[in-house]
Amino acid sequence: MDFTRLTIAQVRKKLDRKEISSVELTKAYLERIGKLDRKLNAYITVTEKEALHTAKKADEKIAQGDASPLLGIPFSAKDMYLTKGIRTTAGSKVLENYIPQYSATVLEKMEHAGAVLVGKNNQDAWAHGASGEHSDFGPTKNPWNLAYIPGGSSSGPAVSVAADLASFAIATDTGGSIRQPASLCGITGLKPTYGRVSRYGVVAMASSFDTMGHFTRSVEDSALILSVTAGYDEHDATSSEKPVPHYASELKKNIKGLKIGMPKEYFTSGLDSNVSKTVKTAMHKLEELGAEIIPISLPHTQYGVGVYYILQTAEVSSNLARYDGIRYGNNRETFGDEAKRRIMLGTFVLAHGYYDAYYKRAMKIRTLIRQDFDIAFRKVDAIACPVSPTPAWKIGEKVSDPLAMYLADIFTVTANIAGIPGLAIPAGFAMGMPVGMQLLGPQFSEDILFRIGHQYQLTTDWHTRKPDLPV
Amino acid sequence: MKFDVIHIAKLANLPLTEKEVTTFEEQLSGILEYVTELQTVDVSDVGETAQVTGLTNRSRSDRVEDSLSQEEVTSQTSCTYNGLFKVKAIFA
Amino acid sequence: MYYQPVIGLEVHVELKTKSKMFCTCSAIYFGQKPNTQTCPVCLGLPGALPVPNKQAIEWCMLIGMSLHCEIPFLAKFDRKNYFYPDLAKGYQISQYDEPFCQSGYMVLSSGKRIGIRRAHMEEDTGKLLHETVDGKKVSLIDFNRSGVPLVEIVTEPHFTNAVEVKEYLQKLQQIVRYLAVANADMEKGEMRLEPNISLRKMGETELPGYKVEVKNINSFSFVEKAITFEIARQAKLLDTDTLPVQETRGWDEDQKLTVSQRNKEEAADYRYFPEPDIPPFVWEKTYIEQVRKQLPELPEAKQKRFNATYSLPGYNAEILTRERTVADYFEEAVKIGKIHAIEAKKIANWMINKKIDIETVLPATLIKEIKSVEVVEELPEDTLKKIINNVIDSHGKVVTDYRNGKENALMFLVGQVMKEVKGKAKAETVREALINLLK
Repeated sequence: MDFTRLTIAQVRKKLDRKEISSVELTKAYLERIGKLDRKLNAYITVTEKEALHTAKKADEKIAQGDASPLLGIPFSAKDMYLTKGIRTTAGSKVLENYIPQYSATVLEKMEHAGAVLVGKNNQDAWAHGASGEHSDFGPTKNPWNLAYIPGGSSSGPAVSVAADLASFAIATDTGGSIRQPASLCGITGLKPTYGRVSRYGVVAMASSFDTMGHFTRSVEDSALILSVTAGYDEHDATSSEKPVPHYASELKKNIKGLKIGMPKEYFTSGLDSNVSKTVKTAMHKLEELGAEIIPISLPHTQYGVGVYYILQTAEVSSNLARYDGIRYGNNRETFGDEAKRRIMLGTFVLAHGYYDAYYKRAMKIRTLIRQDFDIAFRKVDAIACPVSPTPAWKIGEKVSDPLAMYLADIFTVTANIAGIPGLAIPAGFAMGMPVGMQLLGPQFSEDILFRIGHQYQLTTDWHTRKPDLPV
Repeated sequence: MKFDVIHIAKLANLPLTEKEVTTFEEQLSGILEYVTELQTVDVSDVGETAQVTGLTNRSRSDRVEDSLSQEEVTSQTSCTYNGLFKVKAIFA
Repeated sequence: MYYQPVIGLEVHVELKTKSKMFCTCSAIYFGQKPNTQTCPVCLGLPGALPVPNKQAIEWCMLIGMSLHCEIPFLAKFDRKNYFYPDLAKGYQISQYDEPFCQSGYMVLSSGKRIGIRRAHMEEDTGKLLHETVDGKKVSLIDFNRSGVPLVEIVTEPHFTNAVEVKEYLQKLQQIVRYLAVANADMEKGEMRLEPNISLRKMGETELPGYKVEVKNINSFSFVEKAITFEIARQAKLLDTDTLPVQETRGWDEDQKLTVSQRNKEEAADYRYFPEPDIPPFVWEKTYIEQVRKQLPELPEAKQKRFNATYSLPGYNAEILTRERTVADYFEEAVKIGKIHAIEAKKIANWMINKKIDIETVLPATLIKEIKSVEVVEELPEDTLKKIINNVIDSHGKVVTDYRNGKENALMFLVGQVMKEVKGKAKAETVREALINLLK
């Protein structure tokens, strides 16, 4: 049996029943990485030695009867997460030799939970991009078709879960960087509420938008991971003290009577007709499960990308200022084109004479976009919509047109602008490539999103489909 | 609107090649043109959103904890001298 | 031509909190080994996040309150973006348009009011050293100072001469020391000043169309010299119809002149924007009042009280209130002196004229010293006994207290008797007599 294909919930039972050890499971993943990653390029650093050491310790604990949910489970992390003593690059040559002096809070939580880090994933450098092509370590390939992009910026984490190179992967979502590749690779991706999971120790992209989420094979697994990563962190002044709900029991509830909004602005001419059809079919399924689909309007949606590319780049320009090559890393000439573009755009919108017209105005429209959601959530419990306007595209197709690449974020940036959670779940295929559905809810409504997603996955099998990969 | 790449690159401390200046000027001018659609939104009486958490008054008590060691601090560059970071002379 | 100088001041004061402004590294960096008091936050490592020090914020407010500032109900931090090797993050966390304190003033001895525009909180940078290593001129950076809390106090351009500036600075230094929030030692860089100076024609009311900022001033006497020099330099230029260049100049103490530090770069553009990593502050009125209650008696008020309570001449009261420790010492000595019928005025004179070292001489010792040189002309024994009995009779409750074992009661009675005898009896004698009579 190939244990690498199992969900966390499934493999947990096998580990606890000693049908497989964590070391065996870890080796199985490492072996798969060895065979497939030359083609997929999902990893920048594979931490074989450390992984086997952690797995051995996990087996000792399992032998003592410890059945903690993530104990002994192999996972990977986007290279934005600092790992003490293990190279962390953020996908950029600027940090190609950087060995962090400390670890991210989420990584520490994973370590405490006994999860096994098998490697650091490839990504668009500094998390700038929607295709994975902006990595200084080469593009990551979509396992469903190696000529296609897997989405970005969390290209590597998405592919490592989609191609069974890790049981789950932790990543970051600033404008759609988890949901979009999840959709394009046919897996489950969660962007939590801003402040739900600590940002400490994760390379900052745009601080008021950055969220720490993950990729999994099922919504059930997603809930399991969030119950470990969520919670207040004294090192992150923007992290929430709100108690973390018991997601595992929440997702078992049915969705009868739940009101799900269908925003008309997300189903316009810019949306690929196959994607539209797929998402509408999935929404029909939710209706069958007892939810009520209600048409709603989010009138400022069209300004999302504009607002995002002003505010986000401003924060990027400031957050990347520390990379001067003095204390660590290479000098500023080493930044790639996309980082340079964003630094300059962000510097411009904050510059004397432009601040009011660009930055300040965008902050005001940010308010309007938040209000759109506030008003909508008075009527509905959640919103269902597409994640990406198109399925995955061919490598190279948009790489020289930054604006076209930015517009790929159109349905995902709004959640980051408003700080609300978003869950992407596989909903079908278009032209042989996966298509996801996005569920959005009010701040701290992850429990409701999990519930909808889980009930959907109980009656559909899109999330269990696997790409054909020659092993 | 033309994007003044040279002025902005200087502010951003980014050394650019001539070719980059030309490419970026075209690309960034295009992006600026795209965001001009924001100028059409009525934002009178709308407040600014800088953060989305609604949190206020986050602080910590005045307590000292361990710092990193000098070795850890200086471990990521070879440009050091007696435990200090070394850069080229600032006042030439 | 006659000109009127228009001078404003920016002063940075380092707070003496235990930890830094946004992290838990020690803020006491003086004399420490380089780069031993840093962490991911103050070293600007990737992923690190700032968490503000509550004590520093309250101390900033106390400084503002001492300068009669308003404490706005809303405040926030902003990022000030610029590049310099000693600035670890490439931006300084500061406050732009919503500082903790604004619109205050200080009254000078002349009665003139100097407006305080704002007092805000920010973080210090690392320290640069310029050396020659292997025959090459290099700059070396120590980040121990990076992130130490700084309060920046900005005045309105209300000064017209160096003397006013000096008085303001001395008073400000005295206030922060009274508050016990800063050492403000200028030589150690704990207090840094940047005056901006320009001139306008006498009688004009508009601000001049330029200003010159002077840096590199690390003593009160330098500030006087630098301002006097600048005024003369600018007047000379204006006399020839030349408008002085708006620039930053540095004081050169060796040559006794200011030197242009203007680099060819364009005017600074700090690209301030709200700090996304720190939620804003919304103060409750009750909280602000609670902070205000921590305000000690400030030099001016203390001086007035010394004047009134101890009938000290203005000059003596001023000397004794210059430092809080001296004032406290004086009051302690007065308390002890009372028992021995030694007047406050006499104690003040002793402290000032004999330059008593308050570190080594205890107040009680000082009183003993004063007493030992005093010749006491004593009252006859029966007169004293009569006075004592009168005191006992008129303080029935205190007597009962004494009999119930309250030692303080006896001290009180001694004090009362000493008041009556007007110095014509020794306190020990009175004390012994009292004990006998109360047996």
